[in-house]
Amino acid sequence: MSLLKSIPKLFLIASAFAMLAGCDAVVMSPSGDVAMQQRDLIIWSTILMLLIIVPVIILTLVFAWRYRESNTKATYKPEWDHSTVLELVVWSAPLLIIIALGALTWVTTHQLDPYRPLDRIGPDRPIPADTKPLVIEAVSMDWKWLFFYPEQGIATVNEIAAPVDQPIQFKITSTANMNSFFIPALAGQIYAMGGMETKLHAVINEPGVYKGFSANYSGAGYSDMKFKFHGVSEADFDSWVQKVKTQGDDLSYDVYAQLEKPSVADPVHYYATVADGLYDKILNRCIEPGSVCMKDLMTSHSHHHGEGEAENGHMEGMHEHAE
Amino acid sequence: MPPGGKYDIPIHHALWAPVAKMSDHFDLTKLIFGRLTWEAIPYHEPILVATFIAVALGGIALLGALTYFRVWGYLWKEWFTSIDHKKIGVMYMVLGIVMLLRGFSDAIMMRIQQAIAFGDNAGYLPPHHYDQIFTAHGVIMIFFVAMPFVVGLMNFVVPLQIGARDVAFPFLNNFSYWMTVAGAVLTMISLFVGEFAKTGWLAYPPLSGIMQSPDVGVDYYIWALQIAGVGTLLSGVNFTVTIIKMRAPGMSLMKMPVFTWTALCTNILIVAAFPILTAVLAMLTLDRYLGTHFFTNDLGGNAMMYINLIWIWGHPEVYILILPLFGVFSEIVATYSGKRLFGYTSMVYATVVITVLSYLVWLHHFFTMGSGASVNSFFGITTMIISIPTGAKIFNWLFTMYRGRIKFEVPMLWTVGFMITFVIGGMTGVLLAVPPADFVLHNSLFLIAHFHNVIIGGVVFGVFAAITYWYPKVFGYKLDPFWGKCSFWFWCIGFYFAFMPLYVLGLMGVTRRINHFDDPSLQIWFIVAAFGAFLIALGIASFLIQLVVSYRKRDQNRDLTGDPWGNGRTLEWSTSSPPPQYNYAFTPRIHDTDSWWQMKQEGFKRPESGFVAIHMPKNTMAGMLLAGLCTAFGFAMIWHMWLIAGVSFATMLISAIVHTFNYDRDYYIPAEEVERVESERTRVLANNV
Repeated sequence: MSLLKSIPKLFLIASAFAMLAGCDAVVMSPSGDVAMQQRDLIIWSTILMLLIIVPVIILTLVFAWRYRESNTKATYKPEWDHSTVLELVVWSAPLLIIIALGALTWVTTHQLDPYRPLDRIGPDRPIPADTKPLVIEAVSMDWKWLFFYPEQGIATVNEIAAPVDQPIQFKITSTANMNSFFIPALAGQIYAMGGMETKLHAVINEPGVYKGFSANYSGAGYSDMKFKFHGVSEADFDSWVQKVKTQGDDLSYDVYAQLEKPSVADPVHYYATVADGLYDKILNRCIEPGSVCMKDLMTSHSHHHGEGEAENGHMEGMHEHAE
Repeated sequence: MPPGGKYDIPIHHALWAPVAKMSDHFDLTKLIFGRLTWEAIPYHEPILVATFIAVALGGIALLGALTYFRVWGYLWKEWFTSIDHKKIGVMYMVLGIVMLLRGFSDAIMMRIQQAIAFGDNAGYLPPHHYDQIFTAHGVIMIFFVAMPFVVGLMNFVVPLQIGARDVAFPFLNNFSYWMTVAGAVLTMISLFVGEFAKTGWLAYPPLSGIMQSPDVGVDYYIWALQIAGVGTLLSGVNFTVTIIKMRAPGMSLMKMPVFTWTALCTNILIVAAFPILTAVLAMLTLDRYLGTHFFTNDLGGNAMMYINLIWIWGHPEVYILILPLFGVFSEIVATYSGKRLFGYTSMVYATVVITVLSYLVWLHHFFTMGSGASVNSFFGITTMIISIPTGAKIFNWLFTMYRGRIKFEVPMLWTVGFMITFVIGGMTGVLLAVPPADFVLHNSLFLIAHFHNVIIGGVVFGVFAAITYWYPKVFGYKLDPFWGKCSFWFWCIGFYFAFMPLYVLGLMGVTRRINHFDDPSLQIWFIVAAFGAFLIALGIASFLIQLVVSYRKRDQNRDLTGDPWGNGRTLEWSTSSPPPQYNYAFTPRIHDTDSWWQMKQEGFKRPESGFVAIHMPKNTMAGMLLAGLCTAFGFAMIWHMWLIAGVSFATMLISAIVHTFNYDRDYYIPAEEVERVESERTRVLANNV
């Protein structure tokens, strides 16, 4: 990689990216470590590919000009159609780039897997020994976001906050339509789907107010399905939690039933208390009294067929993969 | 079974409704009209009313003109019922052009909406309308513009290139065409009767399920695609057989023109991929009509299965569209460089490798759905591997130009425009194949810019290149180059203005399908993009003007030799322009990949005597009839008109069976007629050499 850097052209490209960062391109100038690594990957992949794309574009223009019909001085070989050396070059040049890019892909895809708990909060900044990740449960609804803070016992609509430099673990599901949970400044997106739980690990490194939204079209109210993500100091986070607790209502099952009805562009709302097991029931699709939760359905099925052991957790299915 | 979740859909809601009703009281109106009422006509939406009036007036004017000039009989006899592959090819292209105008109208409406809908200004399209427009735009552009263009090109060119007189199953070809039209007609009807889907062009559940989309929109989507899909599948079977079985003697697989090779691979992809679309849409239909739970949130359904299946069709579909155009560029670059295609063998292998790999990459459309890192990397890397044969192709075109004598006729302009534009789109595509990068770019306008970059830069540029290239073969006169150049430059520059801003917006974290924005700093980029769309509109207008101007100047631009570019290499340039109905009086014998080039060099002499009668298939109206019944059936299913659905389906089955007993399907063109046509050509050639 260091060898590549010596080519001055690449600096030009890098500076083009820097200019993009200047014009508010959040993907190019994020504020969380995960998104920052994703940004670096975009830049390096692009540079690797430009190694072959730029010569191709230049050669196309040069050949088109040089071998134009009116240039009778140029060599004309109408029957020349094969060269083993050239064939080797045209197949191996893209091959080499793809080998490099493929290796980069394999490593970074595992490193930046959203399910993988963080092992750092920034470059050369390991996670302090006594730090536990902040857990936030995110539910996409028609058409708003409901967030639970299980450790703090609060819930919010269309607003979250998290302390700077503390790892966050998001657990994500949906009540009806498929959405995608995305805070570009923080980390890449992941789908929110009914009856299933996806996960995202991330950390915010700079205080600020960031945009969050659904990145997957989900119907009429989709364009307004936005929320604010506050990266704050630890003290400010504590006072934000206090604010929710003092200003908020109670999120009982009855209140939730009202909340679940489709609505568009909802204002921020706080809940000081949350009914027991509400997130779990949303995830397992058994809010209605008397309905059977999916996890119990799964358990009874697996007992019935004698296949494997009863899963104790949520229906994570394909999401539980080897670390 | 335990009592279900909250969406415990009883079976009653759809199919059994009339039965239940009948037991109460016999409701004839309901039985005939289903859920179609006057409410379904959107007369309260001024945009639609204006469109309808324009379409109706235009339609009446067109029908009036056709009647006035007494061309109905001609159209019916020479075109609609024709099973001549050349005419069917032209009809496909006409369908593609008409639907391009519709699909582009949708595009420009979206561009205007996004350019103005900032802050307090909600724009002029409410979500209800806007969401239908972006869905219709995608569906129409892929299924009723790109597909007809590709199939139309193959129809016209492939039999000529392999020295055949028609396709393997000529009636089936006509039927396939009308089935595609039927799908397009249903999509167009949705504009004025009811509504179209508001789900995005792939109709992901649960949004496309009955709970979230109870209206007719998704049903229009399902039936339009099912019916058109039957046509495409049959056409795939037809062309696979044609290319495998009907090549002229001597044309071994490795002597096939590259366009025919790409057509073969595309049709194999169609045959293997389209049944998956049929199956996944059928399951969605069952979910919607009978209350099954394939893709619902509850009772064991899983939307992820739909998303996997639709992309197992959808990714090969991308290559179904682009491969034939790779073939077109190969023909064009060799012809206008006056040179053999560089690395024919390597081109063929690259095409085959792309064909196989196109089935191993579908998951890259949803890295963000939560598969593990290993699964994501596997599909990311397979995707990147496709860029190797594609890259090899680009280099081969490049080295075909090397040491050539390039004539910059309009098709060659499109080709150079393609080579530069497509590599940029390819690069952003590979970038999106890196899963962690995709996590921040997925569903963003960066993605939108990427696929328009490859579809416009590849498919659309290729189609316009192909139209210009083969137009003299089809109609016997060249297209006017001035308007062709205008079209090229407007399209090319317009593309960059319209889509480069979207790359930037994607990097600014803006996602697709958004109806209005808060952040005023984004607006300038959308205004630039709208300006680009306006330039593309001029490009399309130039193309239409070009057709008219060229028709008026046809006598100046006539091609009397059959080889209008002077450098034709493949067999289709050996016959007259337009070719006689039977294509070739004698089946040619092939000795070289560039058979016509080789024939010219060896001083080939046209046979001028010894003609025999030629066995040809007869025209039939069966294709139109069956497709018409299919349209009625689809419309009835959409509106739950069970009586009409039943009757039209039964009639369709009976008609198909009756048609199999029609043995009056072929005739002979007498030897004298062949001789007359051929000696006329001899005379024309003698006068013009």
